[in-house]
Amino acid sequence: MQDIAQQLTNILQQVSGYIYPNEVELQWGLLVVVYPYITGLVAGAFILASLERVFNVKEVEPTYRLALLTALAFLLIAPLPLLLHLGHPERSFEIFLTPNVHSAMAMFGFVYAWYLAVVLLLEIWFDYRKDLVLWARNERGLRKWIHLMLTLGATDLSEQSVEFDRKAVRFITIMGIPSAFLLHGYVGFIFGSVKANPWWSSVLIPVVFLFSAMVSGIALVLMLYLLTGLVRRSFEMTCLDKLASFLFYALVVDFSLEILDFIHRLYEAEESIKILGTMISTRLFLSLVVLQTLAGTVLPLICLAFVSPAFGSRALVRFPDELRRLLYLASATLIQIGIFSTRWNVVIGGQLFSKSLRGLTVYKMELLGLEGFFVAVLLMAAPFFLLYILVKILPPWKEEITTPVPNRFRAIDL
Amino acid sequence: MSTEANRMQSEPESPQEISHDRREFLKQCAAAAPLLLAIVQIAEEAAASANDESYKPEEHYYGMGIDVNKCIGCGRCADACKTENNVPREPFYFRTWVERYVLTTDGETVVTSPNGGIDGFPSTMSERGILRTFFVPKLCNHCANPPCVQVCPVGATFITRDGVVLVDKDYCIGCRYCIQACPYGARFLHPITRTAEKCTFCYHRVVRGNVPACVEVCPTGARIFGDVRARSSPLARFTRFNEVQVLKPQLNTAPKVYYANLDGEVR
Amino acid sequence: MPQQVNRLAIVFLILVSSLIGARHYLVPTTFGDLGHYRAAAIDANASKPLIYAGHEACGTCHPDIVKTHDEARHRSVACEVCHGAQAAHAESPGEHQPPAPRQRGFCPLCHGYDPSRPTGFPQIDPVSHNPGRPCITCHNPHAPVPPHTPQECSACHGEIARTKALSKHAALPCNMCHQVAERHKITPLLSTPSKPQTREFCGKCHGQEAKAPAEIARVNLSTHGERYVCWQCHYAHSPEAQ
Repeated sequence: MQDIAQQLTNILQQVSGYIYPNEVELQWGLLVVVYPYITGLVAGAFILASLERVFNVKEVEPTYRLALLTALAFLLIAPLPLLLHLGHPERSFEIFLTPNVHSAMAMFGFVYAWYLAVVLLLEIWFDYRKDLVLWARNERGLRKWIHLMLTLGATDLSEQSVEFDRKAVRFITIMGIPSAFLLHGYVGFIFGSVKANPWWSSVLIPVVFLFSAMVSGIALVLMLYLLTGLVRRSFEMTCLDKLASFLFYALVVDFSLEILDFIHRLYEAEESIKILGTMISTRLFLSLVVLQTLAGTVLPLICLAFVSPAFGSRALVRFPDELRRLLYLASATLIQIGIFSTRWNVVIGGQLFSKSLRGLTVYKMELLGLEGFFVAVLLMAAPFFLLYILVKILPPWKEEITTPVPNRFRAIDL
Repeated sequence: MSTEANRMQSEPESPQEISHDRREFLKQCAAAAPLLLAIVQIAEEAAASANDESYKPEEHYYGMGIDVNKCIGCGRCADACKTENNVPREPFYFRTWVERYVLTTDGETVVTSPNGGIDGFPSTMSERGILRTFFVPKLCNHCANPPCVQVCPVGATFITRDGVVLVDKDYCIGCRYCIQACPYGARFLHPITRTAEKCTFCYHRVVRGNVPACVEVCPTGARIFGDVRARSSPLARFTRFNEVQVLKPQLNTAPKVYYANLDGEVR
Repeated sequence: MPQQVNRLAIVFLILVSSLIGARHYLVPTTFGDLGHYRAAAIDANASKPLIYAGHEACGTCHPDIVKTHDEARHRSVACEVCHGAQAAHAESPGEHQPPAPRQRGFCPLCHGYDPSRPTGFPQIDPVSHNPGRPCITCHNPHAPVPPHTPQECSACHGEIARTKALSKHAALPCNMCHQVAERHKITPLLSTPSKPQTREFCGKCHGQEAKAPAEIARVNLSTHGERYVCWQCHYAHSPEAQ
């Protein structure tokens, strides 16, 4: 209590203008920035996977299983920042027991459970089932038992069975696309529906969230595919080029939406424009103008426009493979920083100005403590560890499937 | 039955006849038992309800009136509220507070609320630069269409039948969504219970026929508490004879705190 | 049914039934009785203890003070404003003694001059008003009539007086323009001071032919702002024209 008081006293001294007395303490901090970032990665990775399955974009096929596992790893970690942020995490199950159907946040329980169980786990299971059965047959020891358990006893590998698997995957993927939209869209709606806050209250926020999620998800899979490919010394350049093209398209849409929001705000020039303008030019200058817009969007846009084959089968400027890879990696990294800044600007930015529209407060990020910087870094690193374990149990690489697997796009003939 | 009655008065009956009578008696007891139990239960309930408060929430619908022209900014209301409701005394947690507005002749508006007004307000600038200046008490508006209730994910905050928005601090999970959704800055997170908290119209006083603590101690009668639906009450008079406004009407939260003589600069 | 579906159905059934079972035990009993909340929470809020007794409680034991108080200027000031929250004292009077604020710093919380306070509210400058002496020396807090009726209008109209003191009208006494009956100082709202009604009133000093000191600004009353009375543009207490 004492250190909270000390912290808040410091913040109080840095308030400019007038804020309501209760607004000194920012309610949603770093953890609430991390959560939409993580679910955004989940939704984006899944949409990328669905590109291959539903829209038959063959070039990105090598990333299909990797994208699914990435989505799963991040989805499993996603509730942790929320739990750590709650005042009473031990009561969090109440969201499942007595959800208020008028509250967007109550949808978390159901959207999350639906997406995890029905979309992601089922799709992974159906896609891997045949390989799980084959692995279980040919292995020994612990790995054998893990794989056998994961089959749930459904070891039938007849032609109809495997065909059913394929159809099921396609069906679930089609269902999964709107589910992924919902998973991250509802987070945007949580902010967009708060009429009390003019920075948040906007029809565009759910859409902007969704598209920036797609951007970050595609960028993440690109980075993972590239890095794991470099480590394993095996990857396909055409796949990377295609990923970069899709990244570019998604980025164009995302940027257009954000520009639209900006222009719309400036044009209507509602009452809140003055304090919001002051906030952007003082408190949010680094994170919004520099990190989100210039470094996180404009720079990668220009880079990808020239380097990736986004406008046709050849890039505007031909670079050698190694340089192109490096530029892809750099762009993807900048994009991640930019999307994280987007989340930061929405969540933190919405609380930096007073609802009296007369003042600004500051956000002091803690280093230690449950809502501190180190915990956030841990939370964002944890999915990668989880992904490592998942990749070990369910290898997504084509070469590691020991039995010859005919091309999945043709009917299986045994 | 007369034959049986006769029999009971004559010589001792045979064992079969005696056991027959006993059976009858036991049957009658068995039949009477539920009736007796019911009577006892009704009696208990009657006794209990005689001790119960006779407060009927459906007979009331509370609101507050505030006359800005009467507020002297003494801060006794904010102080009394913290005393009555055991609110932490640090200057970051307020169920009610007082703001001072100073509109200058240069067109600026300066708003302050040092420690919510509890310690009074420091002296201000020279009178020459002042165009208008006044105090405005603020508190939870107990909206009839509360955005905070709408967004609570678990149903831990609610509006009662008598129009008071309350928080269930044993059910609140501390997600802080309600605090974000309140347009008036009336809510805060209690640093110790880690649940959302706000003005309750001193519900524990109101159900006993008292007024909220802030209304009790206001020395100029700037705060008026009562039933918004009553035909005759101080609040009814207040809303009849004053042109009242509410804060942020465009958000359609239907606040039930009505301000008389509210200046257009007040947010 | 394909084998996969059978297996999945089993898993699904196990999950769903355990969720339903958990729900049955974990949802609080009073939830939903009156709305989407725990009805027991109403009692939890309603059964908190009272800290302030309320002014009706005091009359039972202190009827004479209450009678004096209710007939005097502080009738709208509840007992507990000055004596603190006293529900404990009302419960067991012997054990809890209410404080009585006697120090000078207390009364200026309300009565210290502040321009944001409404005009007509009695205010003093705590520094210059009988310095050093406790307020209760001259004012009985239960019937706070001042020992002498204030001579100066600034006793209740401090902001106007101070504004005027910084203006060109500083030297003018209030009763030059306002006629005030003595009753105004006793029952202010029942006997309000008069205000000038005509342009010629200001013209007595500011007209071209006025018999007034030369340094006073003059205007031609027939042409200057002829459709208005003077105070529709000039605030008489601070009449400097921009």
